[in-house]
Amino acid sequence: MTRTIENSVTDTHIVRDDPIAPRPAPAAETGVGKWLRTRLFSSPINSVITLVLLYLVVRSVWAVFSWAFLNASWLGDSSAACTSGGACWPFVTSRIGQLVYGFYPEVERWRVAVAFVIWLLSVVWILVPRMPKRLLVLPFALIGMPIINLILLRGGVFGLESVLTRQWGGLMLTLTVATIGMLFAIPLGVLLALGRQSKMPLVHGFCVVFIELWRGIPMITVLFTASTIFPLFMPHGSAEGDKLLRALIGIVMFWSAYFAEVVRAGLQAVPNGQVEAGKALCLGYWKRNALIVLPQALKLVIPGLVSTAIQLFKDTSLVTIIGLFDFLGVIKAGLTDSAWMGYAAEGYAFAALIYWIFCFSMSRYSLWLERRVDTGRR
Amino acid sequence: MLRPSTTIPPREHGPLWRDPRVRAFVLQAVMLLVAVVLVILLTNNTLSNLAAQGVTTGFNYLSQRSGFGISQTLVEYSANSTYADAFTVGLLNTLLVAGLSIVTCTLLGLLVGMARLSSNWLLSRCATVYIEIFRNIPMLLQLLFWSALMMSVLPEFKKSYSLWGVAFLNKKGLVLPWVEFSSSTWPLWLALALGLVAMLVMRNINQYRVRRGKDGWPVRWLTLALIVLPPLVTFFCSSIHASLSLPKLTAFSSRGGIHLIPELVVLWLTLTLYAAAFVAEAVRSGLASVPNGQREAATSLCLPGGLTMRKIVLPQAMRVIIPQLASQYLNVIKNSSLGIAIGYPDLFAVYGITTLNQTGQALEIMATTMAVYLALSLLVSLLMNLINARMALKER
Repeated sequence: MTRTIENSVTDTHIVRDDPIAPRPAPAAETGVGKWLRTRLFSSPINSVITLVLLYLVVRSVWAVFSWAFLNASWLGDSSAACTSGGACWPFVTSRIGQLVYGFYPEVERWRVAVAFVIWLLSVVWILVPRMPKRLLVLPFALIGMPIINLILLRGGVFGLESVLTRQWGGLMLTLTVATIGMLFAIPLGVLLALGRQSKMPLVHGFCVVFIELWRGIPMITVLFTASTIFPLFMPHGSAEGDKLLRALIGIVMFWSAYFAEVVRAGLQAVPNGQVEAGKALCLGYWKRNALIVLPQALKLVIPGLVSTAIQLFKDTSLVTIIGLFDFLGVIKAGLTDSAWMGYAAEGYAFAALIYWIFCFSMSRYSLWLERRVDTGRR
Repeated sequence: MLRPSTTIPPREHGPLWRDPRVRAFVLQAVMLLVAVVLVILLTNNTLSNLAAQGVTTGFNYLSQRSGFGISQTLVEYSANSTYADAFTVGLLNTLLVAGLSIVTCTLLGLLVGMARLSSNWLLSRCATVYIEIFRNIPMLLQLLFWSALMMSVLPEFKKSYSLWGVAFLNKKGLVLPWVEFSSSTWPLWLALALGLVAMLVMRNINQYRVRRGKDGWPVRWLTLALIVLPPLVTFFCSSIHASLSLPKLTAFSSRGGIHLIPELVVLWLTLTLYAAAFVAEAVRSGLASVPNGQREAATSLCLPGGLTMRKIVLPQAMRVIIPQLASQYLNVIKNSSLGIAIGYPDLFAVYGITTLNQTGQALEIMATTMAVYLALSLLVSLLMNLINARMALKER
C-alpha cells in the first residue's frame, strides 16, 4: 500500500512501507533446466562426457537387464530348461538348498534355520538402537547366541544328531565363519591394541611383533598353513582335529592384527587428559579403559572397524581354496557339474549379488551409526 | 595455623599384589614362561611328527632338480632347473603382476577418485557405482568371474581378435609388440642407474646453492636430461641393436612380440579393478580433506585452476592419500597370491604349493614363503614411509 505524504509545499514523496514480494527466479536459473546446465552440460567437454557416458550406461544397463530378466529362464531342474538365450537361473533356483545349507543333511536343515533366526534376532536387536533392553541382550548375543547356535549346528547332545563340520557349507558356513571371526577377532584386537600401548617392554614387544607379522603375510598362506601344517605342531598321534576349526583359528589370529591397528588409531586419538582423569578418580587399568578410554576410542574408529569387518566377510571366501565349501565354494563346485557346464556367469553373478548385499548394507550401517554417535567432539 | 610435624608417618604400602611394578614384573614373567614352554612343546611335537613321517629338515632340497615346468618364466628355467630356480621364477612372477597392478590401479584409481568429485553429476554417479560394486565383492569371486568370462567370450586361437594387426587377443592370452635387443642390455640399466644417482646429487647441490642465496639451476630440465640421456648415449655408442618385434600369427602359435599368458592378464585386470576402487576412495577422501578455504584463497590470489591443484590442493591431500595408498599397495602384493585360484604361477603357487607337494618340506617352504611376503611388505612400507616423511607437514 502506498501513501502520499505532503511534507512540504512542493515536494511529493512516494513511500512504500511494505516489502515488494520477491519475483520468481528467472526460468533459466531454476529447476531442471539449471540442474541440467550446471551439472551435466556446463562446458563442451562436460557435454561430451555426459553424452558418451549416457550412451554407455544405457547400453550396458539394457544389456544386463535383458540378460538377467527379459530373456532369462527362471524355473526348471536342468540346463535343458534354458532355451531363451538369456540368463539361466535354474542353475541357482534348482540348487538353492545346497547354496544355503551346503551338504547339511536334509532332514536336519530346520536346525540351521532355527540357528539363523536366533542369529538374525540377536544381530538386529544389538544393531538397532531403538530396541529395548539392549544392554541385557548384548551378553546373550556375544556369549549365549554362539553357544546355542554351535550346539544346534553341531548336535551330538540333547538328542540332536551329530553333524560333522565337513558337511557344513553354503551361505550358512560363510555366515558362521564371518560371525565367529568377528566375535573373537575384535576383542583380541582390542587386547592387542591395548598391549601395544603398554609400557611393559615384553607385552609391548610381543604385541608389536604379533601384529606386524600377521599383517605382512597373505591370508591364503595363513589358511594353507592352518589346514596342512598345523597338525604338525600338535602332539604326535592326536586326532587331526577339525579343518574348519583350524581355519577359524587362522582367521581370528590374522584379522585380530588388523582390528588391533584400527583400535590403536582410536586409542591414540583419545586425549591423554581422559586417562589422567580416570587415574584421578582412582580407577584401575581395566576400569579406566573399559569405562573411559575404549568407548571414546571405538566410537572414533567405527568406519575403520566396519571396513575391516567387511574385508573379513569378503575374505571368508578364501576358505574355498583350502577345500571348504562355503557359499563361493558351493557355487564353484556346482559349475564343475557336467550337467551345468558353461553357466559360470549366472553362478558368479548370483554370488556377487549376495556378497554385495551383505557388504553394502554393512557399509551403509556404519555411515548411519557414525552420524548417530557423533557427539561433535573430534 | 601451621606447625612443624615432629614425626613423619611412614608411607603406607598396600599389599604387594597392588604394587604396579610387582604386577608388571609378574605378568611379564608369566608371559615369558608360557611362551618358552609353548615353543618347546611345539618344537618337540613337530620334531617327533617329522621323525614319524621320515622327513629330514633342512634346505638341501633347494639344489635338487625340480622336474616341473612353469607356464611363465621371466628368467631361464626348465624342468631340469633346481627348486631354487623355481623359487626365483615364482618370486619374479609375483613381483611382475604386483608391479604392473600397482601402476595401473594407481592410474585408474586417480581417474575414478577425481571423477567422483567431478561437477558432472552423471560422471560422479558412475564413479560411485564403480567404487561400490568393486569394493563390496570378494576379490576371489571377481577373479573367478573374469577368468570364466575370458574363457567363454574370447575366441579360439585361429579367430584371434586383432588390434590393427599388431596385437592379438585369444584364449591363449595376449600378444603385444615388443622391443628386442641384439645383446644383453645391462649397460643400459647401468647407465640409467648412474644417471639417477647423478640426478640425486644434482638436486642436493642445487638445494644447497639456493639456500646459499645463489641462483638455482633449471632442475626440471636437468632431471629429465640426466634420466633420459645416459641410456640413450650408451645405446648409440655401444653395439646393441634394438628392433621392434611385431607378432605374427602362424597356424598354431605366434612368433615375435611378447606373449602374456591369460592367467597373468586376468589376475592383472582383477587386481587393478579391485584395488582401483580403494585407491579412488583414498583419493576422494584426500581431496575432500583439504579445507575449501585453501581453494578460495588460491582463487583470490588469481592462481589458475591447474596451479591451484598442483601447488595448493594436492600437496595437502597427499598427506591423507599416501598412508592409505601404501596399505593398498601392500594389499595388492598380498592379494596377488590369490592367483593360485586360476593357476597363475606366482611365488605361492610355484614354491608354496608345487614345490611343497613334491618335496614334502612343509615347514621350511611355508616359513620362507611367509618370510618373503613379509620382507616385501616391510620393503614397501619402508619406501612409502620415506615418501610420506617427505610429504608430511614440516612444522617449524
